[in-house]
Amino acid sequence: MQALFGQLLIGLINGAFYAMLSLGLAVIFGLLNIINFAHGAQYMMGAFCAWFLLTKVGIGYWWALLITPIAVGAIGLLIERTMLARLYKLDHLYGLLLTFGLALIIQGVFRNEFGSSGLPYQIPAELAGGINLGFMYLPKYRAWVIVASLIVCLSTWYVIERTKLGSYLRAATENPALVQAFGINVPRMVTLTYGFGVGLAALAGVMAAPIYQVNPLMGADLIIVVFAVVVIGGMGSIMGAILTGFSLGIVEGLTKYLYPEASNTVIFVVMVIVLLIRPSGLFGREH
Amino acid sequence: MATPDAGAAMQPNSEASRMLIATGIMAALLAAAPFLGVYPVFLMKALCFALFACAFNLLLGFGGLLSFGHAMFLGTAGYVCAYSAKSWGFPPELAIALGTAASALLGVVVGALAIRRQGIYFAMITLAIAQMIYFFYLQTPFTHGEDGIQGIPRGKLFGLFDLSHQLTIYYFVLAVFLAGFLLIYRVVHSPFGQVLKAIRENEPRAISLGYDADRYKLLAFVLSATLAGLAGALKAIVFQLASLTDVHWTMSGEVVLMVLLGGMGTIFGPVVGAFVIIALESYLAPFGQWVTVITGVIFVVCVLAFRRGVVGELAAWWKARGG
Repeated sequence: MQALFGQLLIGLINGAFYAMLSLGLAVIFGLLNIINFAHGAQYMMGAFCAWFLLTKVGIGYWWALLITPIAVGAIGLLIERTMLARLYKLDHLYGLLLTFGLALIIQGVFRNEFGSSGLPYQIPAELAGGINLGFMYLPKYRAWVIVASLIVCLSTWYVIERTKLGSYLRAATENPALVQAFGINVPRMVTLTYGFGVGLAALAGVMAAPIYQVNPLMGADLIIVVFAVVVIGGMGSIMGAILTGFSLGIVEGLTKYLYPEASNTVIFVVMVIVLLIRPSGLFGREH
Repeated sequence: MATPDAGAAMQPNSEASRMLIATGIMAALLAAAPFLGVYPVFLMKALCFALFACAFNLLLGFGGLLSFGHAMFLGTAGYVCAYSAKSWGFPPELAIALGTAASALLGVVVGALAIRRQGIYFAMITLAIAQMIYFFYLQTPFTHGEDGIQGIPRGKLFGLFDLSHQLTIYYFVLAVFLAGFLLIYRVVHSPFGQVLKAIRENEPRAISLGYDADRYKLLAFVLSATLAGLAGALKAIVFQLASLTDVHWTMSGEVVLMVLLGGMGTIFGPVVGAFVIIALESYLAPFGQWVTVITGVIFVVCVLAFRRGVVGELAAWWKARGG
C-alpha cells in the first residue's frame, strides 16, 4: 500500500509539471499558432536561474519564484520580437523548426557550461521535512508543489476564461484582424502571451529544481511527453490541458506500481489509443 | 492552370533531360571520389544519410508532412538488419531486405495513426511514437541497450562480392543510393507524385476532385519509411553497428536539418544537405557539445533567412537570370 501511494504521489507531482507545461504550450499555440519546441529548454532555464540566484547571488527559493519567470519570460519576449514575429505569415511548421533550433542552442550552451550531471538545489527550510499521514509519509515540499501548481493552473484558467483581458485573448485567437480593428494592440498581446507562456515554463522549472536535479537536459525528454499530453488533451481547452496533465501523471504513477517496465511509455500508448478512438483529442476541436 | 502552348509542353522534357545530366554528373563524381582522395568511410556515411534525407524529403518536401520521428525507421531497419546478419547469419542482401521490410511494416502502422491528425499535431504524434519506440529498444534485450549490436559481419553480397573490401562496399552503397534516388525522382514525377503535391497545396480541393487524400498520404509515408529503412539497414552493414543513436530524437531532428539546409522539395537538396552536415560533424567532432549549438544556429538561420535551402536558392537565382 505504501508503495502504491508513494508512486501515486510521484505521479501527481509529474502530473503537476505536465499540466503547467502543457498549459503554457496551449496558451502559446492558441494565439501564435506555434508549437513552442523550446518549452523544455525554457523550463530548464528556469531551474538554472533559480540555482544561479541561490548559489551565486544568495537569493532564496521564494524570491526565485518571482524573479525567474520574469527574467526568463523577458528572454521569451526578446525571442518573439526578434524571431517568431517574422514567421506568422508562413506555414506553422517553421515556428516548430525555429524553436527546435533554439532548444538545441540553449541546451548545447548549458551543457558546455555545466556538463550533463545534475546540480543539487536545496529544499527551502520552511518546506523541509514531511507529515506522516498514517498510510503514507508526505514530504511537505511535494505537497506544496501540487497545491502551488493547482493554484497557478486555475488562476491562469480564470484569467483566460473569466476576465476581460482573457476575453480579448480568446477573441484574438478566433479572429485577430477583427480584434485589431476594435483598437486592441494584437501584436503586443501576442508578444506578451509568448512571454507569459515562457514564464510559466520557467516557474515550473523553479518548482522542479528541488525535486529533480538541475540538469541541462531535464527538459529535453520531458517536452516530448508533454507533446503527447497535448495530443491526448487537444489544445482547444485550457481546463482540458490541466485535467489531462494531472490525470496522465496519475496514470503514469499507477503504471510504475503495477508494471514498471511500461512506465515511461504508458503516456505514448494512451496517446495511440486516444488517436484511434477520438482523433481530435479528449477536449479538442480541429484547428 | 495556364493555357498549354508549345513551350510549356516542351518544358518537362527539357527539365527531365537536365535532371538526367545532373544525376549523371553526380553519379560520376561520386564514383570517382575515392580516387580523388576523399575518404571512402566518410563518403559511405554521407551517402547513407543522403538516402535517408531523400526519403524524408519525399514526405516533407512533396507531401508537406513534417515527421519528427523518422529516426525510428532508420533505427528499426538497422537493428533488424544487424540482428539477422549477426545472430541468424543472413547474407547482407537478405539482411538489408529484412530490415527494410521491418521499417515498411512499422511505416504502415505509424502512418495510419499519424495521418489522423494534420499539421503540427502530425509532427508531435510522430515524435511521441518515435520516443515510445526508442524506449522499447532501450529496454528490450536483443538490442544490447547502450552498447548496441556491434561487430556485424559485412559478408559476401550475393555470395560473390566480398564487402569487407573497402571499394567493393563503397560501390555497393553508391549503387543502392542511386537506385533509391532515382526511385524517388520517378515517384515525384509520376501521377502519384502530382496528386501528392496537390494534396500538399490544398487538401480539401484534392478531396473534392475525388482523390482519397488519406490513402495518398499513407502511401507516401510508407514509401518514405521504407527508403529511410533501406538507408538504416545499409548503414548498419557499412559501420557494422546498430545503436541507440539512430533511434534517438536528435537523429530525427538531424534529418529535418539536412533537408531544410539543402532545400525542401528539391531533388538534389537533401543530398547536398546531408553531405554538408556530415562534413560539418566530422570537422567539428573535437569540439564536443558545440556541434549541438552550431546545429541549432543553422536551424535558426535557415528558418529566418534561408528557407529555400542551398539548392532552392541556387535554382531561384538561375531562374532570375533567365536560365
